[in-house]
Amino acid sequence: MGYPHSHELEVGTILSRHFGDPEARDLKTWLTYGGYEGLKKALDMDPAEITTVVKDSGLRGRGGAGFPTGLKWTFMPQEKKGPHYLCCNADESEPGAFKDREILRWVPHLLIEGCLIAARAIHAEHAYIYVRGEYFPFTNILNDAVVQAYEAGYIGEKILGSEWNCDLTVHIGAGAYIAGEETGLMSSLSGGRAEPKIKPPFPAQSGVFGSPTTVNNVETLAAVPMIVVNGSDWYRQWGTEKSPGTKLWCCSGNLVRPGNYELELGVSLKDVIYEVCGGAPNGKRIKAVIPGGSSTAMLTPDELDVPSTYEGLQEAGSSLGTASPIVLDEDVNIVQAMRRIADFYAHESCGQCVQCREGTSWVAQILKRIEVGEGRLSDLDTLYDLCEQLTGRTICVLADSVVFPLRSSLDKFRGEYEALIGGRA
Amino acid sequence: MNETINEAINLTIDGVEVTVPKGTTVLQAAERAGVVVPHYCYHPGIPSRPAQCRMCLVEIEGQPKLQPSCVLAATDGMSILTQSDTAKEARRSVIEFLLLNHPVDCPICDAAGQCMLQDYAYETHQLESRSHEAKLVLGRDRIADDILYFADRCILCTRCVRFMRDVAGDEALLVAQRGHKAYIDTFPGKDLENEFRGNIVDVCPVGALVHEDFLFKARSWDMDSAPSVCPGCSNGCNIDIAVKENQIVRVKPRYNADVNGFWMCDHGRKNLVMANRGSRIDLPLIRRNGQLEAVHWGEALEWLAANLPDGSSGHAVVSAFDATESLAAVRALLGKLGIEGGGYRMSRGHEAELGGFPQLKLRAERAPNAAGAELFGFGESDGLPEVSDGDTLVVVGDRLADAPAEYGAGAGFFLYIGSHLSDAVRNATAILPTTTFAEMEGTFVNHEGRVQRFHQALVPPGVARPTWMILRRLLTLGSEVEGPLEARDAFAVAAAESGKLAGLSWDEVGLKGVNPGGSTAPAAK
Repeated sequence: MGYPHSHELEVGTILSRHFGDPEARDLKTWLTYGGYEGLKKALDMDPAEITTVVKDSGLRGRGGAGFPTGLKWTFMPQEKKGPHYLCCNADESEPGAFKDREILRWVPHLLIEGCLIAARAIHAEHAYIYVRGEYFPFTNILNDAVVQAYEAGYIGEKILGSEWNCDLTVHIGAGAYIAGEETGLMSSLSGGRAEPKIKPPFPAQSGVFGSPTTVNNVETLAAVPMIVVNGSDWYRQWGTEKSPGTKLWCCSGNLVRPGNYELELGVSLKDVIYEVCGGAPNGKRIKAVIPGGSSTAMLTPDELDVPSTYEGLQEAGSSLGTASPIVLDEDVNIVQAMRRIADFYAHESCGQCVQCREGTSWVAQILKRIEVGEGRLSDLDTLYDLCEQLTGRTICVLADSVVFPLRSSLDKFRGEYEALIGGRA
Repeated sequence: MNETINEAINLTIDGVEVTVPKGTTVLQAAERAGVVVPHYCYHPGIPSRPAQCRMCLVEIEGQPKLQPSCVLAATDGMSILTQSDTAKEARRSVIEFLLLNHPVDCPICDAAGQCMLQDYAYETHQLESRSHEAKLVLGRDRIADDILYFADRCILCTRCVRFMRDVAGDEALLVAQRGHKAYIDTFPGKDLENEFRGNIVDVCPVGALVHEDFLFKARSWDMDSAPSVCPGCSNGCNIDIAVKENQIVRVKPRYNADVNGFWMCDHGRKNLVMANRGSRIDLPLIRRNGQLEAVHWGEALEWLAANLPDGSSGHAVVSAFDATESLAAVRALLGKLGIEGGGYRMSRGHEAELGGFPQLKLRAERAPNAAGAELFGFGESDGLPEVSDGDTLVVVGDRLADAPAEYGAGAGFFLYIGSHLSDAVRNATAILPTTTFAEMEGTFVNHEGRVQRFHQALVPPGVARPTWMILRRLLTLGSEVEGPLEARDAFAVAAAESGKLAGLSWDEVGLKGVNPGGSTAPAAK
C-alpha cells in the first residue's frame, strides 16, 4: 500500500513524510525516525514555554476554523483547581476531508506525541483522542501504538523518568458528524448525546466532565512535536505571515490525481487543482470547486487564483476549512450535488435548534423537488430566504454550513436551477 | 439585601427601564419590565437551559447577532429589543419551521386554546405555509401507562426529558434519533414509572404529551378552573382544579415556591379526579318511626335541636379531609353535647420525594388536614370507637365505607354528617348532607402548620351545605346571635377558637397560604 501521487510542490517534512510506510507505525522504527524527541524536549520545558513556542509558530487550528492554537491553550486556567483535559478531535466527518485519517493510520505515534506535549502545556493529566466511529480499522492502528507507548513509558506515570504523569484514552464515537463540533464532542465523551452546547461556559472553563478542556484537531496536534523540536522560526519558513506552516490537502472529485498532499499554505488554489491534482480527467472543464470541505462556498474556475490561506479564501468569499477541495466537472448537475450536500446536513443535524432541525431537511426536500423537475421559481426565493433564517441563529454552525454552499450555488449557478424548473411559477 | 442593591443592574427592554439583581437573565428581566419573550425550552422550574428552541432570541441594540434571552445575562446599560424587525422575523421563522411537519390537528388536540405553538402561530399570522412538501409522520406512542405521546405535535423543546432528569432525578426519557426524525422516548427496556411523571404533561408547551385520563374530555375553553389545595396527602400542594359540567376533569399544580414549586405528584392527580365516586347524600334525613325521612333544612335542624341528647356517654369520629372551619364547628357542637375527645382515622401510604424540589413530597399521611383536626383537639385513632347500646355517636366526614353494616345500629342517637352514603350510614338517627372540599371554600393546615385556602370548584348536589354552615346554624338556632354565613367569617370564628391561628386573617392567608408557626416570610412570588 503506497501513496499513489506526489508532486514537486509538496512539503513532505512534517506530517506526511512517513505516509505509506507501515513500519512507521511501530515504535521501534518510529524512534529511529526521530520519534518522541519533541516530548523529551517538552519534558525539560516549562508548560508556559511550550505554549509560547507554539504561539510564536503561528500554528492555526486545522479543524477548519483556523483559530491560533497557542492562544487557545492560554485560555486554560493558570491556577489548577481540578483536573484539566485535552481532547484530540479525530471525529473527521466533513464530506471531502480525509487528512486526519491518514495521520491516524500512518503516523499514530506522531499524534500521541503531539497530544502529550499539548497536555503538558495545558496542565492536563488526561488526554482523550475521540475517533470517528467509522474509522474502525485506523482506530486499531492507533490503539496498538498507544499500547506500545504505554509499555515503553511514553504515556502513564512518571513519563520517561520525569515527575509528570499523563494518561491517554482512545474513545470511539458512534458516528455522528456533530460529535466533531467541540462542545458536541465533549457532550458525547462525557456520556451524553453529541449535542453542541451554548457558550458560555467555554470549554476552557467547563468542558469534559465539567472540567477545563482544550479541544484540538488531529492535524494541529501532529504538527506540534516538530515545532517543539525545531522551534517556531523553523515552522514559519513555510506559509505566510498569518497562515504559517504546511497543510494536508485532501483533494477529491473529478481530478486526474485525487489524494492527500502536504503543501505549504499560500500556494494558489488554482495550482493545487490544476498542477498538483492535474485538473479534471478526460479533458473535461471544471465547473465548480468546493474548496474546504462541503460546508464552504462553491468557487467557479475563474475564482481559483487565490492564495490558499485562511485569509485568502475568505477574501474570495469562501473558506479554507479543512483544505479538502471537492472538484465538480462540467458533467455534474449542481442542483443534484447541492441536494446531496443538503441531505448530509439534514441527516447530521442533532435536532436541538429548530432552524437547523427543520430547515436543513426543508432545504433538502425543496432541492430534491427541483432536481426531479417539480420545482417552481418561488422555490428559489424560499431557498434564498432560508439562507437568511439558517444563518447565525443556532447554537452551533451546522445550519450555517449548509447555507455557504447553497447560497453560492444559487448565486453562481442559478441558470442550472432555472433550467430544471422550466419556468413554472 | 444590601448586596443585591449594590449589584443592581439597569437595562431597558423595548424602551422600558428595569432594575434587576446581578445574575438575572434578560428573559427574567423582561418579565419584570412586563415584556413577555416567547419561549419553549426555557421553564423557570427546570434548572437546565439548553437555549435550543431559539424562540427567545432578542436583539441587543448595536449587535448584529440575535441572542437567546433565556441564558443571556443582563448587563448594565444593555438595551434589548424584542420587537425589532430582526427579532420578530426570527420568531416568525421558528414558528414556520415548527409547523412544517406539525399536523395542525388543533380541532382534536387537547392543548388547543392553551397551546404556545397555536398562540404564536396566530400572533405571527402564519395561517398558510410556504411548504409544498409532504409532512413527515412519526405517529404516536404510549410513553407511560397513563400518558400518550403525539410525536408529530412535539416541538422537541425537551422540557419533559429535562424535568425527569433535572427535577425528578430519574433519567427515564430521552431524545431518540436526531434531526427532524427525532422524538421523545423511554430508554429501551425501561418504563416511565416515576410518581411525578404527570408533570411532563404540564410542562409540555404544546399537545404532544397528553394524560390519558383527560384525553378528548374537554376543550380548554369549556372548562372552569378554581385554585385549590390537593387533599391527597398532608403536603398541601397548591393546585388548580379544572371543571367541565360540574365534573373535575383535570388537576394541575399551581405555583407556590414554599410548598410545591411548579409540581405535584401523580397520586394527588388521580385521587382528585376519582374523588366524587359513590352515592351522594343530597337531602337531610331524620329517623321517625324507624324510617329515614327526607325533610327540609329548617325542619331537620329544629328536630335535631329538640332531639339531640346531651350529657350522655358519647363518641365522635371526624375526618382529616374536612376543612378547618368545619372541624372547629364540630368541636363546638361536641362541647354543647358534652362529648369529649374524638378522633380521625387516616390511611398511610408510601412516601415519595421529588429530588429537585424536596419540599414536595408525597407524604405518608394521606389526608390534607390532620394538623387542622389536631388544632381542635382531635387525635388520630386506629379504628372506629366501640359503641355501646344507648351511646351517642357523632360521625362527621368519615365515610364509614369500611365499617361493618351494623355499625352504630345500637347507638342511642347516631348523628351522621357527611357527603356519601354507605351501609353503616343507613343506621343513623339523622343524616345531614355536606359538601366535599371541592364544593366549598375553606382552609387546610398542612404537615408543617401552613394554613392554605381552597376555593369552590363544584356545585354541591341537592341541598348539601358545608359542615361549618350546618353546625353553626344549629348551634345558634333560636338565639339572637347569627352564626357565620361566609367562609371568611367561619374562618375568623375557627381561628379565634383554635388559639394558635388567632388573629390570622382570611386575606392574609390569600392564595399562597401562611405558616403562623414557621417563618412568616411570604412566598417570594
